[in-house]
Amino acid sequence: MADKVLMKGNEAIAEAAIIAGCRHYFGYPITPQTEVAAYMAKKMPKIGGCFLQAESEIAAINMVYGVSSTGKRVMTSSSSPGISLKSEGLSYLAGADLPALVVNVQRGGPGLGGIQPSQSDYFQATRGGGHGDFHMIVLAPASVQEMAELTVKGFELADTYRMTSMILADGTMGQMMEPVSLDFDIKEAPEKPWATTGTKMQREHNIVNSLYLSPEKLEETNFERYEKYKYIEENEAMYEEYMVEDADIVVAAFGIAARVSKNAVNEARSRGIKVGLIRPITLWPFPTLPFKKAAEHAKQFISVELSMGQMIEDVKLATDCKVPVTLCNRVGGMIPSPEQVLEAIMEADGGVK
Amino acid sequence: MSTKQFLFSGFGGQGILFSGKLLAYKGLIDEKQVSWLPSYGPEMRGGTASCSVIISDDPVGSPIVSKPDVLVAMNLPSLDKYEDAVVPGGIIFADSTLIERKVKRDDVTVYYVPATKLANDNGTPTLANIILMGKILNVLGDFDETSVRAALGKVISARHADMLEVNLKAMQIGADYE
Amino acid sequence: MAVVFQKPHSLIDVPLHYCPGCTHGIVHRLVAEVIDELGIEGRTIGIAPVGCSVMAYDYFNCDMIEAAHGRAPAVATGVKRSDPENNVVFTYQGDGDLASIGMAETVHAAARNENITVIFINNAIYGMTGGQMAPTSLPGQVTQTSPYGRDVNHCGYPVKVCEMLSELEGPEYLERVTVNNVKQVRNAKKAIKKAFQNQLDGKGFSLVEVISSCPTNWGMTPQAALKWIDEKMIPYYPLGCYKDRSAEKEAE
Repeated sequence: MADKVLMKGNEAIAEAAIIAGCRHYFGYPITPQTEVAAYMAKKMPKIGGCFLQAESEIAAINMVYGVSSTGKRVMTSSSSPGISLKSEGLSYLAGADLPALVVNVQRGGPGLGGIQPSQSDYFQATRGGGHGDFHMIVLAPASVQEMAELTVKGFELADTYRMTSMILADGTMGQMMEPVSLDFDIKEAPEKPWATTGTKMQREHNIVNSLYLSPEKLEETNFERYEKYKYIEENEAMYEEYMVEDADIVVAAFGIAARVSKNAVNEARSRGIKVGLIRPITLWPFPTLPFKKAAEHAKQFISVELSMGQMIEDVKLATDCKVPVTLCNRVGGMIPSPEQVLEAIMEADGGVK
Repeated sequence: MSTKQFLFSGFGGQGILFSGKLLAYKGLIDEKQVSWLPSYGPEMRGGTASCSVIISDDPVGSPIVSKPDVLVAMNLPSLDKYEDAVVPGGIIFADSTLIERKVKRDDVTVYYVPATKLANDNGTPTLANIILMGKILNVLGDFDETSVRAALGKVISARHADMLEVNLKAMQIGADYE
Repeated sequence: MAVVFQKPHSLIDVPLHYCPGCTHGIVHRLVAEVIDELGIEGRTIGIAPVGCSVMAYDYFNCDMIEAAHGRAPAVATGVKRSDPENNVVFTYQGDGDLASIGMAETVHAAARNENITVIFINNAIYGMTGGQMAPTSLPGQVTQTSPYGRDVNHCGYPVKVCEMLSELEGPEYLERVTVNNVKQVRNAKKAIKKAFQNQLDGKGFSLVEVISSCPTNWGMTPQAALKWIDEKMIPYYPLGCYKDRSAEKEAE
């Protein structure tokens, strides 16, 4: 373990981004993700990179749009209210098929809400995150190690598919420290012949654009984009299964909720209850396969969330509503305790028997 | 196969988060699985501060400590708030300079250490947390100077490298306190 | 046969979509001539706004980016910072884009002295959406959303961009020009060229405000519109240089 360092989740994201070749960061301070900006402010000038504190989240995401247009790896980070401000830019990035990494270290909402951890931006993230038909690849880390790993992965997926990858973390993931190994194999970024880097008088001009005044053309670009999304859904879903094979009850949870749920699953197993955990790592594409499989033997699903029940809809869709799905949640910055999840499992067990 | 859950709490400015970090680093150096989770937000400006630290032989599940095996209370509000949360058979360390009352429970082991007074007497008023840490490690049978020194080296910034020996001495004061 | 007049290379040979009598065409040409003369087409990246000139990306031969409404200075900041040595970056924005929805981006790019060139078309009206009140519409000006004339007691006063930005420490160069006669067109070109040259010299944020006409939405003939610039617009928006840091330093 000698190669591991203790890092905050937010810092792990920043360092991993630099390792992945990101040399441009734009952001605006907001709790609980400000450490990302602080880390970048310290590091970027020393490695020839650019950290710039933007005048707003809106400006920051548009600076991202600018750098991405030139083909370079670029990122921004914020927390829930700031992501709402960025949603305009997210839509434009999607419309112009630009790669970018956007981090949301979620806090309780709606409105100014609070500053404590939350998962209530699930809909906003997985349903697109702005106006128009589009998706982002949404990655949900459940450890500081994954904060780093999924940042690298996020850049790679963004470049491969020319779209935004979002790290959907929460206050605990951002603030907690765990040992991290930062030993990554960085794949070379693909060629970006579409980038606006100046024609050098050697090619036709490139245009980065999301405007299509012809409805036929706009429909066609949407269809094409959704072909790509379909491919991603079939090939890029990631998840972790834990004791699901023989489970009567399956807990679905991501991020911090999955950490809490794992404790509860272990405790329930020690009491002889057949329970397992499916932890989606990609929230879009949602990993439907393990849920479909589990629905063949499980009698009940429990969606554990730090929201009023958002992922639960995807669990129901993935299982075609064949099996009852209940919600076990806390909101507003509160986090379910392992005991609360255990209680939900035992209640389900009573129902299952 | 053991897991120990620590909850450090006190006023902002007492070095609560620093103590937790020190312990987490020591765990890492001792090749354990560790997690450190601070309270964050306005607490940093002088309100209550707390942090959860888990040291385990197994991967850490939830990083949130709601039922600590070890509670470190550096002021009265912290003891009031968390005393009942400690697991039966757990341990409470209290800074008895700032906490005048005794722990009410009789199913936990309590160590009263006048850490703030000891720190003042030692001429290092900001190191009460470190003195307390010395006691904690001593009680837990975990005061191994090599790894303590290495952990201090991790959490003390390079700018303050000269503070390492001072911290080590403070820790020894805590360890020696009966 | 001697060629005495031709399209600049950096302007693509396609019909522009602008209304008859609109001065966008003139300003496009001036920008393109300057890019040609400075020999920078191959390293120039232009940022188009939302508004009448939204499709400017189809007209300039250099690489082009279409930005969200008002955000061109932020996008330009990203492009410039991506490769400050090589990239020559300009934004082309109207009054709604630059002085209303994108005011924050404008002011902060200027405050940072972002090394970009901003071409600001002020025609005191929203053209693309069909003639609504702009942040620069004159007091009393009749538009679709100020049908009884702009009432300053109700919706405030026009924004004077050059005057306002000139109070900032940041920007290098701010000049207001117009293009309603040959002499003014020549002056405008001089200012635009300077705004690009400043960027090449690393001097920083350079903005040229071009007082322009909108015959369609002003409800005038092209000729009357050009006259209206002299009679109404220029008295409210005086032409001239509002800031030229380098010249001021030399003078000292």
